[in-house]
Amino acid sequence: MAKPDYVLFDRDTTAIIFGNQQAAVQRMLDFDYLSGRKKPSVAAVVNPTGGSKGFMSVFYGGREILIPVYNKLGTAVEQHPDADVLINFASFRSAYNVSMEALSYSSIKTLVIIAEGIPERQTRELIALSKKVGKWIIGPATVGGFVPGAFKIGNAGGAISNLLMSKLYRPGSVGFVSKSGGMLNEMANMIAQNSDGLYEGIAIGGDKYPGSTLLDHLLRYESNPAIKMMVVLGEVGGTDEYEIVDALKSGRITKPLVAWVTGTCVKVFPTEVQFGHAGAMARGEAEAADAKNAALAEAGAFVPNSYDDLGDLIRMVYEDLKAKGVIEEKVEVGPQELPVDYKPSIMRRPTNIMCTISDDRGEELLYAGVPISKVIREGYGIGDVISLLWFKKRLPKYVTDFLELAVKITADHGPCVSAAHNTIVTAMAGKDLTASVASGILTIGPLFGGAIDDAARYFKDALTRGLTPKQFVDEMKAMGINIPGIGHRVKSVQNPDMRVKLLEEWAYANLPKHEMLDYALEVEKITTAKRNNLILNVDGCIGILFVDILRSTGIYAEEEIDEIIAMGTLNGIFVLGRTIGMIGHFLDQKRLHTRLYRHPWDDVLYMLPGEDEVLKYQGPE
Amino acid sequence: MAQRGIREYDAKRILATHIERFSNGTITYDGRVALVTPDASLEALSAEKPWLKTEKLTVKPDQLFGKRGKHGLLLVNVSYSEAKEWIVEKMYKTVTVGKTSGKLTHFLVQPYVEVDNEYYLAFTGYREGDYIHFSPAGGMEIEANWDKVTNLTVPLDAKIEDIDLAPLLNGMGAKERGTLKNLITTLFRFYRELHFGYLEYNPFTFKGSAFFPIDTVARLDDTAHFLCAEAWGDVEFPVPFGRELRPEEHYIKELDEKSGASLKLTILNPKGKVWTMVAGGGASVIYADTVVDLGFGDELANYGEYSGDPSTDETYEYAKTLLDLMTREKSEGCKVLIIGGGIANFTDVAKTFDGIIYALEDYAEKLKEHGAKIYVRRGGPNYEIGLAKIREAGRRLGLDMEVHGPDMHMTRVVNIALEDLKGGRRNG
Repeated sequence: MAKPDYVLFDRDTTAIIFGNQQAAVQRMLDFDYLSGRKKPSVAAVVNPTGGSKGFMSVFYGGREILIPVYNKLGTAVEQHPDADVLINFASFRSAYNVSMEALSYSSIKTLVIIAEGIPERQTRELIALSKKVGKWIIGPATVGGFVPGAFKIGNAGGAISNLLMSKLYRPGSVGFVSKSGGMLNEMANMIAQNSDGLYEGIAIGGDKYPGSTLLDHLLRYESNPAIKMMVVLGEVGGTDEYEIVDALKSGRITKPLVAWVTGTCVKVFPTEVQFGHAGAMARGEAEAADAKNAALAEAGAFVPNSYDDLGDLIRMVYEDLKAKGVIEEKVEVGPQELPVDYKPSIMRRPTNIMCTISDDRGEELLYAGVPISKVIREGYGIGDVISLLWFKKRLPKYVTDFLELAVKITADHGPCVSAAHNTIVTAMAGKDLTASVASGILTIGPLFGGAIDDAARYFKDALTRGLTPKQFVDEMKAMGINIPGIGHRVKSVQNPDMRVKLLEEWAYANLPKHEMLDYALEVEKITTAKRNNLILNVDGCIGILFVDILRSTGIYAEEEIDEIIAMGTLNGIFVLGRTIGMIGHFLDQKRLHTRLYRHPWDDVLYMLPGEDEVLKYQGPE
Repeated sequence: MAQRGIREYDAKRILATHIERFSNGTITYDGRVALVTPDASLEALSAEKPWLKTEKLTVKPDQLFGKRGKHGLLLVNVSYSEAKEWIVEKMYKTVTVGKTSGKLTHFLVQPYVEVDNEYYLAFTGYREGDYIHFSPAGGMEIEANWDKVTNLTVPLDAKIEDIDLAPLLNGMGAKERGTLKNLITTLFRFYRELHFGYLEYNPFTFKGSAFFPIDTVARLDDTAHFLCAEAWGDVEFPVPFGRELRPEEHYIKELDEKSGASLKLTILNPKGKVWTMVAGGGASVIYADTVVDLGFGDELANYGEYSGDPSTDETYEYAKTLLDLMTREKSEGCKVLIIGGGIANFTDVAKTFDGIIYALEDYAEKLKEHGAKIYVRRGGPNYEIGLAKIREAGRRLGLDMEVHGPDMHMTRVVNIALEDLKGGRRNG
């Protein structure tokens, strides 16, 4: 549902946070919880320096939840197309580049820039671009702001006690905007004490060129029927307040406006003083606070005599609107109750272990959120169960079919291969099932069975880099690496591996596109021309097809596919399948009551060095 | 932090380094400028820059103020020995320019240039772009001749090469137009790419391809330092004329530059009775406003602020510096210290108050000697702990202190403090 233009944030708004800002995220979630939002307002976090992706563990009320963390903004935006706010915590050095990137994404509508100290020209360029693409910038050099009961930016609003004190968990009728972020809380509190509270409060930041101006936000408030009166806190320096004067005079602002411009002290200062805010430096009479206050009063704003009287004036304007019936008495809504024994420091002990695939605590066991009863009664296959527990989603049927096919094909390959051999020898030594199977599993690695990952990785990389099959083969040869997934000890062109043929048949029947397989078969043509046993083997075929399949689902970004491979998922298929065979071999040995195995001498080539040769490094006694 | 003025010397030095690149070698500027500082040896300077002894020279103070000719602070067409004599005579002299008085400490020396035509050129930024201001009638009387200045705007994303400069150069000969067009284009790129906030040449002239910036005023956006450190070279940001930094202000400035937080201190009146230690760039101004609005502007001793979650150590150093200043000069009656602030967003009140408490411990006896009364008002993360700690410290150290939280109006403590200062509330 499209929001009206004047609404930047509502109860459904979600944001991406750029920067590893655990505290800020937690404060947003505290606000969300008190406000009774349906879902947390933070969709994702981007941590560009962490390198690794993963999750940030935070609390929603008393419950711990996980927010996805990405290392690239682009991925976060792609994965969370509903998040239309980016809160940019990047430092002044990189804030510009991150902001430029953010403005290029169509799903991001509002950009909040926290950093202080961004060069003015960079800020102006960002502003120019934001106007061109029709987006809002709040900041730089700000804490942001909040829409009580709906959405809160980062650290704005401070601690929970302040959210409660200033009633930021539910909307009032007053729209507030200031330059100063520090004064945002103070004013929210003052406004809560003297009216029914804030509807929205924004700090535009203390820089000379804020991304959006005081007037920009007042005009939004003017358009928003839920806002009945407005309060603005201006500052000495600059001429932004005169835009408000013009808007009052031309009738673009009609709602009652209480205004105060700070910096009246400057007149007694002997020389120029740079205040805490970069923009607060009066050049000329017009930029002086007194002149601005006078102009605002003359244009019809309510202007107090000093800041000290500001609260009283807000109360007067509010009471007047209430007497006129413009503001109706609202039923006071309380915050969502925090747990009774809620003490952040005690309740919020972060856990040491995270789990996102299964949960045994409820009435029923859950596999990735699916109750076990559903898995059984609705006839989920083994492929579906693998899909739930490995990929945290029920993948389409052709994918789970493939998983089952791969498990079946890799289940066993006779007694002579490493895993079966070790299992058999261990079983013959009288060990139990787990020890025997474990000794078999431990042989799975780069030379045996473990080529699935590597095949997927090398072929995918070559194809991504646009290498022709010939270039790929030459490159691998030059590096002295045997191509993973190519070659078999006994099978050859003349004596093809039926398992590979079956996988290929499946691919032709079930996949509309199989780019990786086609590429691998071209590579095979080249390698088999050299030696006829350099065929695409079963490991290679599974690895390669799995990439084709993951791509065909449209669920995963390339980067995520890389990560699935890097984690070792594909080797998991082999380990899982082959375990069936190893258990079989163990049981077979037990049934046959086989005795301890001893390898025959004549099958070992003994080639020891002479005694003199060995001892000659000792030196004379 | 913001746009800050630089010395004319630096503005010319930076231009000399880059003009070849920005003009593709079509414009030259010899960059012959020398800066005389209080501790400079004039002999060594002329050894380093031999042209000082061979050229006729122009000498003027280089301390971020203009209208030097009008104030008799411009010496032209003189030899180096005349220049030296003049500088020695003027060095450390206090002069008044407009409403501001200050000591002369820095002088610029450059070759004297015979001028036929004096042009005016300035660049300045605004929200949507940059302005070029140009006039063929530059010089001292530019303000009287303001109607001759033409202005042109350059959008932020436009290339200066694509902008038609003809409207600026109406009524000039073809050759002059060609040179000026190239000059304006070059200097605009220099202004834009090196993050100047303001750049003015008034007057300037040219002979063939040689550019002569006779007078230059420049401000750099110092936040761009991380981009331009190499291009700017060793640039200095002097304090405004008449605003010599006291050692304490200098110390806080250094602290500020090193920290990710913000720490500011300006001494307004060291004999003042109203001292403020306020958190927050916005709130600190409002506290100062309130002191002034209530008629105590001449007693306001300082402006300052700390914000952006400074560490306990930083807050300690800041508070110590302030308390030291406050307890130097005895005054009649009491002094008041307002430890104020709004409701913080993320600054940890307990942590920053720890630093303030350590400083209060160091200066407790002195504060009592000076009859100091302390007023605290603060809110934000961990404010309950912070306020309880400072209240306890006040009691333990025997300080005259009252402590308030966010339930009290932010500036109400100013009213209370000033009432006490008048002797109205407690003594009355």
